[in-house]
Amino acid sequence: MKKLKSLKTTTKVDFATYFGVIAAFIVVSLLKSGGFLNRSLTGMLVPICCYIVMAVSLNLTVGILGELSLGHAGFMSVGAFSGVIAAMSLQSAIPSGWVRLVVAIAAGAAFAALAGFIVGVPVLRLRGDYLAIVTLAFGEIIKELINCLLVGVDEKGLHMAFNISGTLTIDDLGMGPGGTAIIKGAQGATGTEKLASFGAGFILVMLTLVIVLNLVRSRTGRAVMAIRDNRIAAESIGVNVTKYKMIAFITSAALAGAAGALYGLNYSSLAASKFDFNTSILVLVYVVLGGLGNIWGSIIAAAVLYILPEALRQFSDYRMLVYAIVLILVMLATNNPTIKTFLGWKSKGKEAA
Amino acid sequence: MMKKFFGILLALAMVLSLAACGGSGGDKTANDNPPASTDAPANNNAPADAPSGSASGTFKLGGVGPLTGDAAIYGNAAMNGAKIAVDEINALGSGVTFEFQAEDDVADGETSVNAYNTLMDWGMQVLVGPVTTGAAIAVSAEIYNDRVFALTPSASSTDVISGKDNMFQVCFTDPNQGVGSADYISQNMSGAKVGIIYRNDDAYSQGIRDTFVAEAGKVGLEIVSEGTFTKDTQSDFSVQLTDAKSKGADLIFLPTYYQPNAVILNQAKGMGYAPTFFGVDGMDGILTMENFDTSLAEGVMLLTPFSADAADERTKSFVAKYNELHGETPNQFAADGYDAVYIIYAALQAAGCTGDMSAEEICEAIVAVMPTISVDGLTGQGMTWAETGEVSKAPMAVVIKDGVYVTP
Repeated sequence: MKKLKSLKTTTKVDFATYFGVIAAFIVVSLLKSGGFLNRSLTGMLVPICCYIVMAVSLNLTVGILGELSLGHAGFMSVGAFSGVIAAMSLQSAIPSGWVRLVVAIAAGAAFAALAGFIVGVPVLRLRGDYLAIVTLAFGEIIKELINCLLVGVDEKGLHMAFNISGTLTIDDLGMGPGGTAIIKGAQGATGTEKLASFGAGFILVMLTLVIVLNLVRSRTGRAVMAIRDNRIAAESIGVNVTKYKMIAFITSAALAGAAGALYGLNYSSLAASKFDFNTSILVLVYVVLGGLGNIWGSIIAAAVLYILPEALRQFSDYRMLVYAIVLILVMLATNNPTIKTFLGWKSKGKEAA
Repeated sequence: MMKKFFGILLALAMVLSLAACGGSGGDKTANDNPPASTDAPANNNAPADAPSGSASGTFKLGGVGPLTGDAAIYGNAAMNGAKIAVDEINALGSGVTFEFQAEDDVADGETSVNAYNTLMDWGMQVLVGPVTTGAAIAVSAEIYNDRVFALTPSASSTDVISGKDNMFQVCFTDPNQGVGSADYISQNMSGAKVGIIYRNDDAYSQGIRDTFVAEAGKVGLEIVSEGTFTKDTQSDFSVQLTDAKSKGADLIFLPTYYQPNAVILNQAKGMGYAPTFFGVDGMDGILTMENFDTSLAEGVMLLTPFSADAADERTKSFVAKYNELHGETPNQFAADGYDAVYIIYAALQAAGCTGDMSAEEICEAIVAVMPTISVDGLTGQGMTWAETGEVSKAPMAVVIKDGVYVTP
């Protein structure tokens, strides 16, 4: 009986999460079409969607799987650049912007999943904090690799060069006269066509929620959580630890790649240095503040914490100082038993921990 | 359960409404220019019989640049310079007044677009900025779609202006800096063995290095050593310097910002290596860097369009004002920001814009007149623009002597 009741609660939470996201999308769309939304907020809608997907997918690794990943921005970077390459190189082949956006997001997710697979195969067999160390290194390696990458496209197809010595330039690709440079090493991707839209961002968020929530509530998800709670016990009942860890980790990486592709196609310039350690930590902050394993918490934390620094512009130079203070206060407040009781979170104490 | 959910919804609604309040509050408080819109009627009345082809009214100028973070010295200098020009123009009583608001972008493309959107909410009509290249490329796509005229004081990459008819530059483009440096070195220091140390994860540094090397090949300049670094490795240059020294480089070309340059100068002195150091506009600012021993920069050469100890009257008065307000000698970025406002002023006058025109109308009007005007500024006499947005003015090499720039 008790089990049944708790199951019902999680289902309710899931549906409330879907409902909340759809409601937020409808409200924001209505406000936007009615002209009630200022430009500042309108401009932030797509990055907010990207960071929500990032936070939810990282929550899968950190909260559900219980492994610390410090290189989530690395997967975002892989997704962003492969997405930009896909979208720009197919410019003539696929005239429709929407189709190209979908292809780019799929390409971003696929390449990020591949990167996740390569990182995961050796590391997820180990016990302890190795994943944190390796993903940290992975994020830095990806940044350096993309700094060496030269990509261009002309009528003959894609041209790529790997600029290890640092002496090649975009002219060394040997492109035809009609060729355009897509990625220019350290200068990153410039002149990218802006394909991302709030609608696409919303669909990606919903897709992410469907994937992550269904995964978590499925047999696979229960196995993943069993590994998190007690690896030895999980192994003893025959759970293939590495396999389930890989499933969760690669899903997380693929979703980060999809978010990256959307992000990359929202700005006309994109440099690899954007996806550094700080970005990984920023997303981790969203996850921790929203609550480990708490999906709707990640969504709200990502949205609020993304808007916050912009809303604090009136403090001018002290903006980020105030941001830090707000973060500390939120941390203190969400761990305060009195406030928890007040908001009715007391009963959730067990799950939040 | 539902109670909790509503709690969250309410909290979110509160945060959003707070954010909205924050936005409008910022508009009022951050506007630190006394001649606000209340002055506008008076100014509109004064030049009622002004000849056609001259502007009138109050224009809202927005500035975007890094006011905090690693590149803050550039953003602050450019914005301070722009503010001085705004105050001067407001005091002229020519019928044109400016309101100026600067927003921080931490030299990041994403934040820069957010800052630009904040300014658009404020009602900006013309943009001065963004100050740094990466941010400027991101914002240039937005201003092109929105049809807002933008004049960047110092974003020097050609990617900033390429394909956008309403984005103009005050500074040289990177190719010009690279080509100018190579030409200057080959003409004035013939036979120099050149070593290059540059940051290969930075659009600015890589861009100048590429054009420098290409031009060096044309004019027969010998490059003996090339060392690279990244944002994460800019605290130690012993490898690059040792390589340059062992290959006999007697001139080190530094197409980099002043922070790594300060470390390079310090380490070169520490290892007893004294080549001629040659920088570009990113070197500018090294003398005002906190805790930097300016004696290290003695004899450093750099290509800059602005020298704070130039003898002309306008530079003198600008330097004095800047010193009085901010307690330091202005660098090239301050002069770029100052010039940017005067260029916009000249363009508005030439196009005969009025303060009640929308950003799109002003944009179309200015874009049409930009190739026809010529402006005398601190960073060059008779500056003219191509339709592409590129400026044409003469670069000037200076050498640091006793802590100030002098012409060699």
